[in-house]
Amino acid sequence: MESIYNLGLLIVLAPLAGAIVAGLFGGTIGRKGAHSVTTLGVAISFVLSAVVFKQVVIDKVGILNQTVYTWLVSEGIRFEVGFLIDQLTAMMMVVVTFVSLMVHIYTIGYMSHDEENWPAGSRAGTNSYQRFFSYISLFTFSMLVLVMANNFMQLFFGWEAVGLVSYLLIGFWSTRESAVYANLKAFLVNRVGDFGFLLGIGAVLMTFNSLDYSAVFSTAELHKNLTFSIFPGSEWNMMTVIGILLFIGAMGKSAQVPLHVWLPDSMEGPTPISALIHAATMVTAGIFMVARMSPLYELSETALSFILIIGAITALFMGLLGLIQNDIKRVVAYSTLSQLGYMTVALGASAYAAGVFHLMTHAFFKALLFLGAGSVIIAMHHDQDMRNMGGLRKYMPITWITSLIGSLALIGTPFFAGFYSKDSIIMAVGESSIPGSGFAFAAVLAGVFITALYSFRMYFMVFHGKERMDHHTREHLHETPWVVTLPLVLLAIPSVVIGAIFVMDMPFGNFFGEAIYVAAEHDVLATVGESIHGWWGMALHGFLTPAFWLAAGGVFTAWMLHRKGLDIAVVMKERFGFVYKILDNKYWADEIYAKLFAAGGRGLGNGLWKVGDVALIDGLMVNGSARVVGVLSGITRRLQTGYLYHYAFAMIVGLLALFSLFIFR
Amino acid sequence: MFADLPLLSLVIWVPIVGGLLVLLVGSGSSGQNARVLSLLTALLTFALSLPLYSGFDNASAQMQFVELVPWIASFNVNYHLGVDGISMPLILLTSFTTVLVVIAGWDVIKFKPAQYMAAFLIMEGLMVGVFAALDAMLFYVFWEAMLIPMFIVIGVWGGDNRVYATLKFFLYTFLGSVFMLVALIYLYFQANSFSILDYHLLPLGLNVQIWIFLAFLLAFAVKVPMWPVHTWLPDAHVQAPTGGSVILAAIMLKLGAYGFLRFSLPITPDASHNLDWLMIGLSLIAVAYIGFVALVQQDMKKLIAYSSISHMGFVTLGLFIPWTIAESSGSFAGATMGMEGGVVQMISHGFVSGAMFLCVGVMYDRMHSRQIADYGGVVHVMPRFAAFMVLFAMANAGLPGTAGFVGEFMVILSAFKANFWIAFVAATTLILGAGYTLWMVKRVLFGEITNDKVATLQDINGREFLILSTLALAVLFFGLYPAPLLEVMDATVRHLVEHIAVSKVPLDAM
Repeated sequence: MESIYNLGLLIVLAPLAGAIVAGLFGGTIGRKGAHSVTTLGVAISFVLSAVVFKQVVIDKVGILNQTVYTWLVSEGIRFEVGFLIDQLTAMMMVVVTFVSLMVHIYTIGYMSHDEENWPAGSRAGTNSYQRFFSYISLFTFSMLVLVMANNFMQLFFGWEAVGLVSYLLIGFWSTRESAVYANLKAFLVNRVGDFGFLLGIGAVLMTFNSLDYSAVFSTAELHKNLTFSIFPGSEWNMMTVIGILLFIGAMGKSAQVPLHVWLPDSMEGPTPISALIHAATMVTAGIFMVARMSPLYELSETALSFILIIGAITALFMGLLGLIQNDIKRVVAYSTLSQLGYMTVALGASAYAAGVFHLMTHAFFKALLFLGAGSVIIAMHHDQDMRNMGGLRKYMPITWITSLIGSLALIGTPFFAGFYSKDSIIMAVGESSIPGSGFAFAAVLAGVFITALYSFRMYFMVFHGKERMDHHTREHLHETPWVVTLPLVLLAIPSVVIGAIFVMDMPFGNFFGEAIYVAAEHDVLATVGESIHGWWGMALHGFLTPAFWLAAGGVFTAWMLHRKGLDIAVVMKERFGFVYKILDNKYWADEIYAKLFAAGGRGLGNGLWKVGDVALIDGLMVNGSARVVGVLSGITRRLQTGYLYHYAFAMIVGLLALFSLFIFR
Repeated sequence: MFADLPLLSLVIWVPIVGGLLVLLVGSGSSGQNARVLSLLTALLTFALSLPLYSGFDNASAQMQFVELVPWIASFNVNYHLGVDGISMPLILLTSFTTVLVVIAGWDVIKFKPAQYMAAFLIMEGLMVGVFAALDAMLFYVFWEAMLIPMFIVIGVWGGDNRVYATLKFFLYTFLGSVFMLVALIYLYFQANSFSILDYHLLPLGLNVQIWIFLAFLLAFAVKVPMWPVHTWLPDAHVQAPTGGSVILAAIMLKLGAYGFLRFSLPITPDASHNLDWLMIGLSLIAVAYIGFVALVQQDMKKLIAYSSISHMGFVTLGLFIPWTIAESSGSFAGATMGMEGGVVQMISHGFVSGAMFLCVGVMYDRMHSRQIADYGGVVHVMPRFAAFMVLFAMANAGLPGTAGFVGEFMVILSAFKANFWIAFVAATTLILGAGYTLWMVKRVLFGEITNDKVATLQDINGREFLILSTLALAVLFFGLYPAPLLEVMDATVRHLVEHIAVSKVPLDAM
């Protein structure tokens, strides 16, 4: 155990050290120094995480739950920083550090000409390359703090720290108005989620008098009938209150409807971080959190039902938006939203293990798709519009093949990683009896068709068909350097095989042990698992399921349209103008929020300020009473010289008089 | 080695005497001598205040480093000093901040630098006096005297509209204090003593307590400041020079909250209980109402001033939450956390708001404008400065890992025990605080440079770097490891909560 603790410390601190060195001494150590030190830090983290994974998951040496230091003690309640390293954490550590390592390597290529993105003479642009590496290492540190936490307080620390780095990275190109708008929006929308999350922590502390996971989870059962009065006269089950409040935090971080609006805009950030933060790791923090809290969520079907419905809405309706996007990154972004919805649905159906399994496979293939998109963007000289692409497979064979693998994994092609995780979720939801599971089942099935349709629309638009780019760009088209393609290849491998390797252990086995708790009456995965006999059989059977045929139908539709030279977005615009309008405006969520909250908040602020502070308090009370005094004292105007020191003097005299009154009374 | 020294007296009088010496040295030879002497005095005072921490007994809730000398014997007025776990950290904050203020004004203040520095040194001594005084008359003298140097600082080195601001500042605070004086005199007749500690034990009927509480409230609410007696603060900040704003935000606002802790709560616990709905209501108004007002400010200093008021709402909320907790849960468990959160917020707000005002000062010294609209794209010319400002802005928005988070976190957790909706309104600061702070950051630091003057700005110099990095370390340290701060105050706050849980109304009067 001691060795795992020490490894844990090293795993966390290595990226932090890299971030500090690259951030504070970037100018001194130069570009090479910065990417070497940060990549080395994350590489150490990855290797050691793999060691921890082996010890905890394979060798089963036990679970580490240890305090690092005490943050503060108040009323005997200890707020601590510590590690809980069990199977769930170990898996997350490997995924986070692996994707992060890939992104570090990739960034060496992607950001190599970053100075071109800054206005001439900008001093912020001089070390931007080093700063970028510092940020992504800092992100890795923060994410590790989040997943390795053994208490709610530290979870919140990591939660907010990844939000901070996300903010810094979305707005990395700080000259771009759209980028600094997007990062503010991302931070504020996340803060709305954190608002619920913090209240949830308050509810946990009130109920359990501790924020320590083990103390809370081990006594959760005792409090399952506790009620809490939010409005006088309406009693809520405490577990429902805790569950929903904490999940509001997850809705922010994992971009669930209606707090999804920040994620598409976050694509303003450089592509490596879209892959790392806004696809593979940070946005899955909410999924991880709910899985971690499974002992609490299992006690409230209301909270589970809430999660299920929110997830289903996100999975279906965000996927639809992906159909009509023309920006390559936005397609992948809406796809991420939709896939996060799938994971959330799994959580709501008590299939936590399937949700986390999908989190893992998704981390690989979605990071792959994003980095593939980034590779295309490099080749296209930072043009992201798919209408200007086409036929790229000739020029970029590695990017082409790896992106195809990523797409096949995403749509759930049997034998690919995404198939195993997505099918587990669909089957689990089918078995679920949580209220709303019927709707959720329909939504995730329909989502399969949509996923296939937008994925292969993108695939055909980018890699096949006519070369629509301008002459200059076409002449310079070529495969990206090895630092870019190597991560693609290394991510493509798990995108194919990782599902088959873990499917019998993770959703349908006892991979997570005590880390995830499912009440017997909710255990849909156990029911589904009875009919699953090995990865081979599951994949073969997969060809017979409706999900497969829906996916195949999606690919076929995309292919047919592509062959006819038609684009879904254009077709929809012409034939279903009304639907297109809805999708094109993204259900008007941005407009509604901008009017209601942003403009409304400013309006309220202005009203309170101008009416409350300026007119009423200052105008009427302060200056008004001053005027009244002024009028009254018109009689005694001779005494008023207008010099402040006279007034001060008069006050002192008055005080002395008061004193003398006491002395000589 | 320090045990025999009258440390508190030294921390009070060294800066005052030093300040007078600086005045004598005068602004000759462009004030360099005065500056050096001021810095030495401030450093010496800071050094003298450190043994207050190292020699402090954390386990005791009693007054420590007590000095008691008769002053006006016929009235039983004593020169009575002492500190507990609440006042000691505030004294350290004062001596620390003054060093920074002296450095911050180093070559920025060209007009009468000696007088400027002297005013801050004398103010330092007087403010320490307020925190250390255990005699009500002594307290009152320091309390009023302290206004004078601040009045002068704003009035002489302030902006264009300084006369209106100083008058408003002075009259507001003075008006409040007069009522406090009346209350203190009443208490003197009851206890035949000016000892604050005697007042703590003095039984008082509920009606009397309410009158005394209201008199104190006027004095302290103005200082905090609480809505609706807060409108002097934005004006004072806007007109004050940077150093004045820093002291105002970091220390002076804490005096009001300190008054609640030292006077209102222990002397009139039953009235505090009776009127806690008012205090909680005003605190929540501060958090939410003022948060919205801060959102629409166009002047950076006004924005930070409003944000200060909003953050101070957490202090008063933490201080007056105990009875609501007791009513909803049947015990005072959780009250200490709220009150400690309030005290932590006092300290952390000192660092964070001080740093924010220094950041505005750095820009103002270069641009002579506080208008957000005049900036934009500052990060491209001042990247180091921008890094500091983003850090402090995040602290202002209560990001975990910075000092700004700790107090708010504790108060919100404690408030949840009292009432869901109190916690709900308090937690809106997560959104509002981030909204007003980061929106300002976006408009000032990011985007393209639109103002030609911004394009010519120079990044921070060594002196500014020293100040900002010192504060950055403090903000990070107390965010990552607040335990030492809590250890110092724990016994005192626990004792205070135990004290206020017991009614002081005499049995026969009930």
